[in-house]
Amino acid sequence: MVGGGGMGGGLLENANPLIYERSGERPVTAGEEDEQVPDSIDAREIFESPFLHLAHLIRSINDPEHPLTLEELNVVEQVRVQVSDPESTVAVAFTPTIPHCSMATLIGLSIKVKLLRSLPQRFKLDVHITPGTHASEHAVNKQLADKERVAAALENTHLLEVVNQCLSARS
Amino acid sequence: MAAAAALEAVAPTGALWGLVQDFVMGQQEGPADQVAADVKSGSYTVLQVVEALGSSLENPEPRTRARGIQLLSQVLLQCHSLLLEKEVVHLILFYENRLKDHHLVIPSVLQGLRALSLCVALPPGLAVSVLKAIFQEVHVQSLPQVDRHTVYSIITNFMRTREEGPFVEELFEVTSCYFPIDFTPPPNDPHGIQREDLILSLRAVLASTPRFAEFLLPLLIEKVDSEILSAKLDSLQTLNACCAVYGQKELKDFLPSLWASIRREVFQTASERVEAEGLAALNSLTACLSRSVLRADAEDLLDSFLSNILQDCRHHLCEPDMKLVWPSAKLLQAAAGASARACDHITSNVLPLLLEQFHKHSQSNQRRTILEMILGFLKLQQKWSYEDKDERPLSGFKDQLCSLVFMALTDPSTQLQLVGIRTLTVLGAQPDLLSSGDLELAVGHLYRLSFLEEDSQSCRVAALEASGTLATLYPVAFSSHLVPKLAGELCIEESDLARGDGPTKCSRHRRCLQALSAISTHASIVKETLPLLLQHLRQMNKGNTVAGTSEVIAVCQSLQQVAEKCQQDPESCWYFHQTAIPCLLALAVQASMPEKEHSVLKKVLLQDEVLAAMVSVIGTATTHLSPDLAAQSVAHIVPLFLDGNTSFLPENSFPGRFQPFQDGSSGQRRLVALLMAFVCSLPRNVDIPQLNQLMRELLELSCCHSCPFSSTAAAKCFAGLLNKHPAGQQLDEFLQLAVGKVEAGLSSGPYRSQAFTLLLWVTKALVLRYHPLSSCLTDRLMGLLSDPELGPAAADGFSLLMSDCTDVLTRAGHAEVRIMFRQRFFTDNVPALVRGFHAAPRDVKPNYLKGLSHVLNRLPKPVLLPELPTLLSLLLEALSCPDSVVQLSTLSCLQPLLLEAPQVMSLHVDTLVTKFLNLSSSPSMAVRIAALQCMHAVTHLPTPVLLPYKPQVIRALAKPLDDKKRLVRKEAVSARGEWFLLGSPGS
Repeated sequence: MVGGGGMGGGLLENANPLIYERSGERPVTAGEEDEQVPDSIDAREIFESPFLHLAHLIRSINDPEHPLTLEELNVVEQVRVQVSDPESTVAVAFTPTIPHCSMATLIGLSIKVKLLRSLPQRFKLDVHITPGTHASEHAVNKQLADKERVAAALENTHLLEVVNQCLSARS
Repeated sequence: MAAAAALEAVAPTGALWGLVQDFVMGQQEGPADQVAADVKSGSYTVLQVVEALGSSLENPEPRTRARGIQLLSQVLLQCHSLLLEKEVVHLILFYENRLKDHHLVIPSVLQGLRALSLCVALPPGLAVSVLKAIFQEVHVQSLPQVDRHTVYSIITNFMRTREEGPFVEELFEVTSCYFPIDFTPPPNDPHGIQREDLILSLRAVLASTPRFAEFLLPLLIEKVDSEILSAKLDSLQTLNACCAVYGQKELKDFLPSLWASIRREVFQTASERVEAEGLAALNSLTACLSRSVLRADAEDLLDSFLSNILQDCRHHLCEPDMKLVWPSAKLLQAAAGASARACDHITSNVLPLLLEQFHKHSQSNQRRTILEMILGFLKLQQKWSYEDKDERPLSGFKDQLCSLVFMALTDPSTQLQLVGIRTLTVLGAQPDLLSSGDLELAVGHLYRLSFLEEDSQSCRVAALEASGTLATLYPVAFSSHLVPKLAGELCIEESDLARGDGPTKCSRHRRCLQALSAISTHASIVKETLPLLLQHLRQMNKGNTVAGTSEVIAVCQSLQQVAEKCQQDPESCWYFHQTAIPCLLALAVQASMPEKEHSVLKKVLLQDEVLAAMVSVIGTATTHLSPDLAAQSVAHIVPLFLDGNTSFLPENSFPGRFQPFQDGSSGQRRLVALLMAFVCSLPRNVDIPQLNQLMRELLELSCCHSCPFSSTAAAKCFAGLLNKHPAGQQLDEFLQLAVGKVEAGLSSGPYRSQAFTLLLWVTKALVLRYHPLSSCLTDRLMGLLSDPELGPAAADGFSLLMSDCTDVLTRAGHAEVRIMFRQRFFTDNVPALVRGFHAAPRDVKPNYLKGLSHVLNRLPKPVLLPELPTLLSLLLEALSCPDSVVQLSTLSCLQPLLLEAPQVMSLHVDTLVTKFLNLSSSPSMAVRIAALQCMHAVTHLPTPVLLPYKPQVIRALAKPLDDKKRLVRKEAVSARGEWFLLGSPGS
C-alpha cells in the first residue's frame, strides 16, 4: 500500500490545500458538568476525536510544526458522521482532498484506527469515502471494511508507523 | 661630562638591545611589556625600538622577522597614544609594505596596523590606504579566525571616525560570507553564544547601510530561492530590516525579483513562518517605497509596484474554485497595511472585485470566505486617519458594503453571520461612514440577533459584544431604536406570547436583560438602562406574578455588568452608585420588615443566592468610587445599619424599624451581607463613622447562633475591615476582642462552629497582610484539625485561607493582599502539617491530608515542583484516602510532577498506575477526569518502565471510553491514544 515514498507523492499532489476554519473546542454545557446527567455519544464527539495531524502527508516534511487536522482540510465534516449510541453504530464518510488522492486508503485507515482506539468496544464502525469524491472509491471502501485486511495492515510496521504519526498529537 | 652623557644614552639603548634579543631570539614574552613600559616612561623612543630591531626585521628567516614585528606591534598597541603624526606615517608605510611578506609574518603585521588604527594622530587618507593595502595583499576570508577578528577590529576602528566609501564591496564581501548563519553552539560553550545572537549581529551589520544594497539584495533573493528553510527565513527577515534604511533608489532594480520571490513563497510555502516572514517583508518593502522622498522628476515606484501585485493577485480572487484566494488576499493586505497611499490604491481596486464575487457565489461558506477578506481590508482602513471626508476610500462603497453585511446577518449560516457581525463593528468604527438610516437597520439586526435561540449562542454573544462597541460610538441610535424595544420586551407577560414552541417569557426576559447590560457602554445609555433594570426589579416586588429566584438573580447580574461598565467613568460610576444602591437597600429593607402577608418576592429577596448577587452589584458599584464620594455614601449607609436611619432611602415609609444588630428579625440580620459588600469595598483611606461600635456589633453578630448566613456575613465583614485597618492601638484592641470572642466560643457551648468561622476569617485577614499575629491564629486552626467535631471543617478552612474570595478581602476591593502570601504560608506551615499528619491518630489523619492538599493545590506550580519530591510519599498515601477532595487535589499535584520529574516518578510507577486506574472509576466525575489526565501524563515517564503495563492499561482504559460523561470519555480517549503509541513505530 502506501509507504514512506507515498508521502512525497501526497506533497506534490496538493501542495496548496484549501484550508477551512476549525470549529473550535466544544463549549462545556451545564449538563455535562452535572454528575448525574448521562451524556450520550454524539456525532460531534466522534467528529472531534479523530484529531489527526496530517503534517507529513499534506504539508512539507520540513515543517511539522503546523500540522493541519482533517477538519481544517475539510476531509472530515461533522455532517458526514452518523452515530447511534443506543444501537452502538458509527459511520464516518471522509472526502479526500482531490479525486486521485493516493492517501485515501491511508487517511481512511488512520480514521478507522483512531476510532477503534477511542470508542467503546460495543460500537460497530463503518469508515468509507463520501460517495462520488474519489476515483477508486469502491476499492478503497472494500479495503477499509475488511477486518482482516485492516488487522494485517496494522501488522505492517512501516504502515503502522505512518498511521501512528498521523495519530500522534505530539508531532 | 660629554662622555658621561654619551654613556647615559648608550646605557638604556644597551638595555633595550638586550630586551629585544631576549624577545626575538630568546623567545621570551616578558621583555615586550618591559620595552613598552620603558617607551611609556620616556626612557627611549619608538624610533629607537625600530633601530634596535633593525637586523631582526631584515632577517632572512620569516619566523625571526615575524617575532621582530610582533615585538614592535605589541609596543605600539600599548603606546599608540604617544605617537606623533610623522611617526604614524612612517610606521604605516612600513607595515603596509610588510603585508607583502611571508604569511607567517602577517598576523603580527595586522596587530601593528590595529595599533595604528587606534592612533588619534592618523592623518587623513591613511585609513583608506591601509584598507586598500590589506584587501589587496591579503585574502581576509581565508585567514584564521583570530586574524580575521583583527581585520574587523581595524575596520571598526576606522569606521568610528572615518569614511568607508571606497571599500563598500570589500566590506560587504568580508561580512556577507557568513550569511546565512549556520551555527550550532558547541556543548558546554563557556561564552553561551546562541545561533540567534549571531544571526542578529550579522543582520545588524548587513542592514546597517544602504550602500550594501546592490550587493546584498541579489544575495537575499538567491537565499530566499534556496531550499533551506532557515536561509529563507533569515533572508526575508534581513530584507525586512534593510527596508528600514533603504529608499526607492536602492530597491529600484530588484523590485520585480523581490516580488516574484515573496509571491512564490507565500503561494507555495509549507511553512507558516515563511509565509509570515514573506508577508512582513512585503509590508516593509511597500512601506519603504511609500515613504521615500523623490526628486520632482523621478518616477514613483510605489504605483508600479502595487500594480504588479494587483495584477498577479487579483485574478486569484475571482477564480471559481477559490484555491489561492487566501494567499492572494494576505499578500494584498500585507502591502495595503504599509501606508495610507498603498491602502487606498489596493482597496479601491480590490473592494469592487470582492463585492462582485460575493454576489457571484451563492454558497454560505464561499460568501463567508469573501466577506472575511473584505473584513481584512476594512480593518486596514482603521490604521489611517483621513482628514478630508471626501478622501476616505470607503465612502464610495458604503451602500454596497452595508447591504452585503445585512445579507450576511440574515443568512442561515452561523459562520457567515459571525463574520457579518464583525464586519458591521469595523464599518461602525469608521468615522462618519454610516448614515443614521444604516444605523437604524444595523440596530434592528442586532436586536434580532440578541434574541437568537440557544443553538446560536456564539452569534448572540457576538451580537451583544458588537452592540456594546457600537453603542459607545452611536449612543443616540441605540437610545432611540433599541432601548424602547427592550423596554417593551421587559413588560411582556406570559399571556401576551403566542402559545406554542416560541421562547418562553422567562428566556426572552433573560436575553433582554443581557442586551440592556451589553449596551450600557455610554454614560447617556446608562441613564436609560439603569432605571429600566431597577424598575423591572421593583415591578417584580409589587407585581402579582411569581418571580423566581433565578429571575431576580438575572436582573442583579445585569446590574452588576452595568456597574462594571461604569467603573472607568467617574461620573457614571457615581450615578450608578447613587441610583442603584439606595434602591437595592430599600427593596431589601422592605422585604425584611415583619408583615402579616409575606409576598413571595420578599422571601425571594432574602435568599442566600439572591443576597449574594446583590452583594456583587454593591461591591462592583463601590470599589471605583472616589474617596470623597465614598465618604458621602458611607455617612448614610453605616447609620442605616447601626441606628436604623432610613431617611436616605427612596420609598422609606416602612411598617417597622430596621435594627439588624439589635433585636431585629432574622431577615434583617441577613442584610448585614449588603453592609459587608459596601464597607469592604471602600477605598482604604475612607473613614468609617462609628467604627468602634460597628466592629463590636459585627463581632457580637458573628457568634450569634440563629442563622449561619448572617453570622458568617458578620465575620467576613469584621475580617474585611480588620484587614484594611492601619496598624496601631485600635487594631490591637479589635484583635484582642476577636481572639477573646473566638476562645470563649471554641471552649464549649453552642457557638463553637460560629467561633470557628470567625477564627477562620480573622486568620485569613491577617495572613493576607503578613500580620505577626497570623502565625498564632494559624497554629490554633491547625490544632483544630484533630478536633473530633470541627476537624473536617478546619481542613476545608485551609482551602479558604489559600483561595481568592470574590466578595471581601479582594485586591479589587482595596484589601491588603501581599503577593507572595501563598508561598509564605506554604513555607511557614507545611512542615507543621506534615508533622501533625504523622503524629495524628488514624481517624483524623485525613483532615491533615486534606488541609495539606488545599495548601499544595493553590500554590503556583513552579513554586511547588521543587518541594514535591520531599512530599511524594505523603502524596502517594493520600491517593488511597477515601475523601474525594483529597484525591482530586493530590491528583492535580501529581500531574505536573509526572511531566516535570519523570525520573523520580518512574520509581513509583507500579503504585501510580494502579491507583490512577482505580480512581478512574471513582463516583466523582472530577476525580475520574483528573485520574485519566494523570494516566495521560504517566506516558511521559521513560518508555521502558511503562511497556510492561501497556496491555493491562489499554484494557483497563477501554472501560472509561464508555463512561456516561462526555468530559470523562474525552480524557479517556486521549490517554488511551497515547498509551497505544508507547513503544510503537512512528510515535
